[in-house]
Amino acid sequence: MNKGRLLAATLTIATVALVVMGTLWPNQSAVALAGGNSFLRPSSTPEAVVTNLAQDIGRQDWRKAYSSLGNKAEFSEADFLRDLTGSYPSLRTYATLDSFELRPLHASSSDAQIQLKMHWSTVIGTFLDIRNLHVVKNGDRWEPEWPIVKETRVPPQVIPVNYLRWDVIYRGAGDDWDAQDVEVPHVRIVDMHPVERSDGVVILGELLNEDAVPAYVSVKATLQDKNGKAIATEGSFDKISHLLLPKQVTPFFIPFRDVALADVGSVHMEPLATLVAASADPVIEIEDQKFNPAPGATLAGELVNQSGQVVSIAHVLGTFYDKNGQLVWVADQYIDRALLPQIPVPFSINVPEDIARKVGNERTITTAYSSGGF
Amino acid sequence: MELKLKVLLIGLMTAATQVATAQNSNIGLPNTVEAGKAFSIQSSGNGKAVLYIVGPDQVLRRDVELGGTTSIPAGTLYNAGHYVAILVGASSTDSGAFDVVPTNQPAALRFLAKPSRLPVGLHNGISGVVYVFDSYQNLITVPTPVFFELPNASGSVQTHSVTSRDGAAWLTLDSTQKEGATNFVARVGGISSARVIEQVPGEPCGLRMSARQTGQKLELQTDPVRDCSGNAVPDGTIVTFTETYNGSQSTADVPLKRGIAHIEMPAYDGARISVASGVVMGNEIRWGR
Repeated sequence: MNKGRLLAATLTIATVALVVMGTLWPNQSAVALAGGNSFLRPSSTPEAVVTNLAQDIGRQDWRKAYSSLGNKAEFSEADFLRDLTGSYPSLRTYATLDSFELRPLHASSSDAQIQLKMHWSTVIGTFLDIRNLHVVKNGDRWEPEWPIVKETRVPPQVIPVNYLRWDVIYRGAGDDWDAQDVEVPHVRIVDMHPVERSDGVVILGELLNEDAVPAYVSVKATLQDKNGKAIATEGSFDKISHLLLPKQVTPFFIPFRDVALADVGSVHMEPLATLVAASADPVIEIEDQKFNPAPGATLAGELVNQSGQVVSIAHVLGTFYDKNGQLVWVADQYIDRALLPQIPVPFSINVPEDIARKVGNERTITTAYSSGGF
Repeated sequence: MELKLKVLLIGLMTAATQVATAQNSNIGLPNTVEAGKAFSIQSSGNGKAVLYIVGPDQVLRRDVELGGTTSIPAGTLYNAGHYVAILVGASSTDSGAFDVVPTNQPAALRFLAKPSRLPVGLHNGISGVVYVFDSYQNLITVPTPVFFELPNASGSVQTHSVTSRDGAAWLTLDSTQKEGATNFVARVGGISSARVIEQVPGEPCGLRMSARQTGQKLELQTDPVRDCSGNAVPDGTIVTFTETYNGSQSTADVPLKRGIAHIEMPAYDGARISVASGVVMGNEIRWGR
């Protein structure tokens, strides 16, 4: 009883102490992003000015952020804003700065180099934007120089496209019971492979649309124990290209957390397909795709929009095979900038180090979303 | 209201069954009546009575004179099934049963044809089921010849005759070798019903591409893509071009447009370019040296 009281008292004191500490010395980026004031004196150190800049960006106070820069003469405030939020509707347009980190790279009495890592929050998760800022001393003030990334702009033009599109008329409520409905697209799982990871089991696979019409697809998997009893059911969620044109293949990735492969007796796969209206455009070419081995293994390349339509969000899915052609991993990345016609945009998909050592070949596909629909 | 009617029907049916099993019938009833046809019911005795006729989804009530003939006009009883007649007089209750059967004249057919879309040349790929009904939507259970017609690639029509069993006739057919929408027709007497079956080309066959350099780019284009029966693979079908050069790779999933797939990719001397569609591989080109 005494021990219990002692534990309760300790926990209460620790909680109160932490609350007091958090109030007196709060996390600066959290306070700033929440709309509070900075605790750093402006311009006192290179770290302070970069922190202030990041806080202004987080508050979307573009004017203040721009006015603090030392290299304003190189670009306008509108260019600065376009760099951060994108010239065309994209993931950046709707992103908010979730947090940031600073990493001093170099410092002298007159200048410094600081890496600013910005974690932007979006509906599909976070993306990282890393900028190396040169900070220079101007009199008694430090001023950050923004490494502007000027998005290429496409001149106004008309791009003729042979537009190919499927529209569907479904069976209606007034139809007789023997009236036909449009046939559901025929899809087939052409590869499936369970993989054990430290946090559970992952089902990897590939799905083919073997029909002559587009399909909206997803895959559900149920792990069963050795007696055939269901352990868990999960879906591919966004780790799949949901829209499959005729004869197109998508990889899928279904994670099961806290499940050991040794407990799994069988896997029940359920590919789901629906007939949807779709367009065959835009065509996204993947150029100069290269696998960079571990450490820091990535699959990197460039996306080139071969159509005339501006792509707001591109989703890149990489499928990795070993030297025998066996599927070993599926990974993805969302591109935070819009894809303009014929303008290459880089991508880089991270691959776990242990998997990277097995990779012999890879295949990449993209899914494109444009503001205004598929 | 509907619930009340159902309760009444169930009550009458139960009562009628009990009465029918408990008493000998003094009503003259036909054994069977063709749906919608007129018929009459004889009764014995004298005085006034009430005649109830209870059947599937129908209940009739008639005030009758015992010892006479009660006429049921045409079109009164039309739902096929088992009916019970109950005659409730002042001192006694009589009952009997009869069947209303479908007319033998087909008036409507229901045609289920599946699937609405399938690849060409698929063995037993098309199934058709026909249910034959009379003019009152009763399933005609007597064997009835049903004709199925499916146009061939050559333009001729393949016809199959199937006799219905218990009201249904069915068959399976191979899809033809020629792609396109075709009218699958079922015919009974002078009545017919048609369903559109879309036969789509199969897997690409002999997929071939050619390459041509235009400046810094390589223009890749397939020959018109066809299946093994010579049908043009539909536009929108994805063709994947893959270019491998010096450890790096460029790929593009390109939809067929006007029967061909076309893309521009970087022109690297010594690059290896392959083409595929779904699980079908095409030719490979080694560019330059």
